[in-house]
Amino acid sequence: MQRRVFLRDGALALLTIGLSPSFLRRTVFAQSLPQGQKGKVLVCLFQRGAADALNMVVPFGERAYYALRPTIAIPAPGRGDGPRGVDLDGFFALHPSLAPLVPLYKRGILAPIQAVGSPSSTRSHFDAQDYMESGTPDVKSTHDGWLNRLLAVRGTCEACAPSPFRAVSMTPQMPRMLEGPEPVIAMSSLGEFSVRTSGASVDRLEALYRSGSTDLVHGAGRDMFEAVRMLRAADPSRYAAAPGADYPRSPFALHLKEIAQLIKANVGLEVAFADVGGWDTHVNQGGASGALAARLDDFSRSLAAFVTDLGDRMEDVVIVTMSEFGRMARQNGTGGTDHGHAGAMFVIGGSVRGGKVLGRWPGLQPEQLYEGRDLALTTDFRSVFAEVVSRHMGAATLDRIFPGFAGEPSGWLGIL
Amino acid sequence: MRMQVLRTTLLAMMLSACASAPRTSAEARANPRELSSREQALHVLNRLSFGPRPGDVDRVLATGVDRWIDRQLQPERIPDPALDALLKAYPVLRMSANELAEEFPPPGAALRQARQRGDTALAKGKRVELARASRSIVGEITSARVARASVSERQLQEVMTDFWLNHFTVFVGKGQLRYTLPDYERESIRPFVFGRFRDLLGAVARSPAMLQYLDNVQSVADSGRRVSESRRVARRDRQARSRQRGLNENYARELLELHTLGVDGGYTQQDVIDVARALTGWTVGPPRIGTQGFVFNPAAHDAEEKLVLGHRLPAGRGIEDGEEVLDILARHPSTARFISRKLAIRFVSDAPSDELVDLAADVFRRSDGDIREVVRAIVTSSEFFSRAAYRAKVKSPFEVVVSALRAVDARPDTTPRTAAVVAQLGQPIYGHQAPNGWPETSEPWMNTGAILSRINFGLALAAGRVPGASLRQWPAFDTLSRRSAKEQVAGVVEAFLGGVVSAETRDVLESGVNPLLARAGTDSTFAIMEPDSVASASSAARERRRRVAGTAGAPVRLSGLSQTVGLALGSPEFQRR
Repeated sequence: MQRRVFLRDGALALLTIGLSPSFLRRTVFAQSLPQGQKGKVLVCLFQRGAADALNMVVPFGERAYYALRPTIAIPAPGRGDGPRGVDLDGFFALHPSLAPLVPLYKRGILAPIQAVGSPSSTRSHFDAQDYMESGTPDVKSTHDGWLNRLLAVRGTCEACAPSPFRAVSMTPQMPRMLEGPEPVIAMSSLGEFSVRTSGASVDRLEALYRSGSTDLVHGAGRDMFEAVRMLRAADPSRYAAAPGADYPRSPFALHLKEIAQLIKANVGLEVAFADVGGWDTHVNQGGASGALAARLDDFSRSLAAFVTDLGDRMEDVVIVTMSEFGRMARQNGTGGTDHGHAGAMFVIGGSVRGGKVLGRWPGLQPEQLYEGRDLALTTDFRSVFAEVVSRHMGAATLDRIFPGFAGEPSGWLGIL
Repeated sequence: MRMQVLRTTLLAMMLSACASAPRTSAEARANPRELSSREQALHVLNRLSFGPRPGDVDRVLATGVDRWIDRQLQPERIPDPALDALLKAYPVLRMSANELAEEFPPPGAALRQARQRGDTALAKGKRVELARASRSIVGEITSARVARASVSERQLQEVMTDFWLNHFTVFVGKGQLRYTLPDYERESIRPFVFGRFRDLLGAVARSPAMLQYLDNVQSVADSGRRVSESRRVARRDRQARSRQRGLNENYARELLELHTLGVDGGYTQQDVIDVARALTGWTVGPPRIGTQGFVFNPAAHDAEEKLVLGHRLPAGRGIEDGEEVLDILARHPSTARFISRKLAIRFVSDAPSDELVDLAADVFRRSDGDIREVVRAIVTSSEFFSRAAYRAKVKSPFEVVVSALRAVDARPDTTPRTAAVVAQLGQPIYGHQAPNGWPETSEPWMNTGAILSRINFGLALAAGRVPGASLRQWPAFDTLSRRSAKEQVAGVVEAFLGGVVSAETRDVLESGVNPLLARAGTDSTFAIMEPDSVASASSAARERRRRVAGTAGAPVRLSGLSQTVGLALGSPEFQRR
């Protein structure tokens, strides 16, 4: 339904302008493709600040977990007072605030990955985020982000120019992960993506950019006015999420909702990015309830609403969540956790072979901990990204996206 | 070498002496320029300054283009009372890193201190307050960058400061680096923007900002290497060495690739390693936050022999190793070419000719890296004044904002709001994470999202929503308000677009009708309305529909002269310089 409405408005726009920009041709063309070939979408979500993996995907079967975290551990599933972990497989449980994700796990479209992250030993937020976004741990001279390199490698069909909404970051500034030569739009919200004045001024501004000249500036301006028109046709202000998609009232939820809108409006979105902060829980992070629980509540309800909202379109969508590193296995002196090493990721999508916790569990005994203090790493984050961009997005030349990474498909986790 | 410099200066002085008089044919032969005098004046204002203020073009013409250039090259002789007054509003700029860290302690450190006192629950309100205060210094620093660039009479000096701060970029978000930024700009960059490249390079190499940004503070001799001083190693250093694993190549690599030779400058991975070894021990003194500044730590310095770009650095030395590396790099022919090309890209065009780069690189080598003379060679070249170079550059967001502020003669905004606008346009000040800095070429700045933000900025400024910039303060506003639509357009084109626009642009500005766009507006351009006047009910309704709850800034409604200004600021021509 949504799609047909857009097609009509898109065609109308073409008639009005009398010129047909190539990306509109492509979008209209895309309507007629069989479902299986429709655009695949990758949504990357960054939990900035180092989310506490051990309290998200809780190893309740590991006795050491409770010894290391006397006051902030999540109670094992079972009977008892108060909120407890939600059992996944008899060993791992999700934090009770992640309960909205459990139905996705049971449907087999959610794969939690434990003990995953960057092989770099850094415990600096800045460096670790930089590495996860550049895709080159311990190499600082990389100037572009791996998602931008994905766009370059993936290319577009020869006959058509890329959609202006091919890559969208719902952030005020361009994130490092999308930096690079391929065009990307960064915006705080869809509403921001409009010429902010009334009709006559807009028309006259557009007229300024339609004046014959074909240089860089005029070209960018013409594309922009088409993109604005395209988005207006999708009418973000009137968007209603699918029934049952109950987004929380938070910035993160709003970003996800608008990404869902772009996907459903078929504007040619291939890669989307959003981030969410508040994970640097050094002090009083709480256990089954408290500060971290509140962050996880917003996080999981937003994700669950997004999946519900997209409905069948989740067949074309893969969501990957990530954080720069995990936190210390042992709680600190102020009821929180300090910077650690390996973390956890969630991969969600119609084609995900979920319903089980992926990644080899390294254990929490003193000799099993990284540098005697942190969850050890058993999966390089690049192996997860490589599998997703290869199997979901069809990217072939992985060595250009992750230079210097020798991860072979045989070592992939089998997420997809 | 000296002769050459002297001759250039004399020539410039001779030319400027008669620049306001009609050009003689002999003069034209001596320095053939394709641009008219007025175009030349506008061109130098767009390239050697952040754009003309009202009346600037005439002032440059009265002074003479060449003499104006010569003056800008000697900023120390230009009085700058407006700047001096402005700087009083920024106490942070005068403070050292230590003073800043004391006055605005980072919340983490305050928390640790509280913990040591046994106070485990530093009140949340207090933490928030500390966090806000420690961030406020960034607001002052970024605000000052915009305000200085818009008011200073020493415009070329501000342009060069922008250039070098970008060449030697550091990232405000790394650790506690923000405390070192005023020091960095004041002590390491500004005194050297027209100095010798070697002095600038050396000042940056010893700056706490760069040492932290590119991790040289953590780089210590690999274990097993002989160090300069091992007899009595302080406990702190022993701790540091056990915590840090050895050599860190980050600064060495960027020093070669981005600061001096360029990526194709002819160095190897082994050169990177040996440069890193030569720079071990170049670090900052305690405390870690704030810092007392550069120190050389012999206990961390790799004292064995090194080979850098074919030069042997003998064993058994200390800080001399690093100094010699900087000497080698500053005088390397690849550096002369790399820096000259980058300057030519900033000042002339995205693809300067090899001849121009050779000419500038030659001046660089012969003058021992005298930046003033390299810039002089570039901005007095015939390529600089060529038709092809005229308006060939796309403005960076910083340039868009500052040039617009200057065009309306805005009062400097000492809040962080205008700097936040620069960030919204995609160029947060001190906010480039990777060490390659913001692009100097045009293409990366021009895309769908960028052009939209720029147009919206122009509209917001015309509507009086950019702090300090009010059209009513724009000297021409009152006079033009009483004129015909045609005269208004002429006035706006003069003020914002250098008096010259394409026929199409003038048509659109004058009539609001574009033959290519049938549904273009038909409003009266003669009616003068205040920026906030009420728009027609139908367009207001349309706007309400388009608006999404929670987005920043309601749409602006413009008509008459303010609309023309908004259109001019959003026009393709204004995006160029």
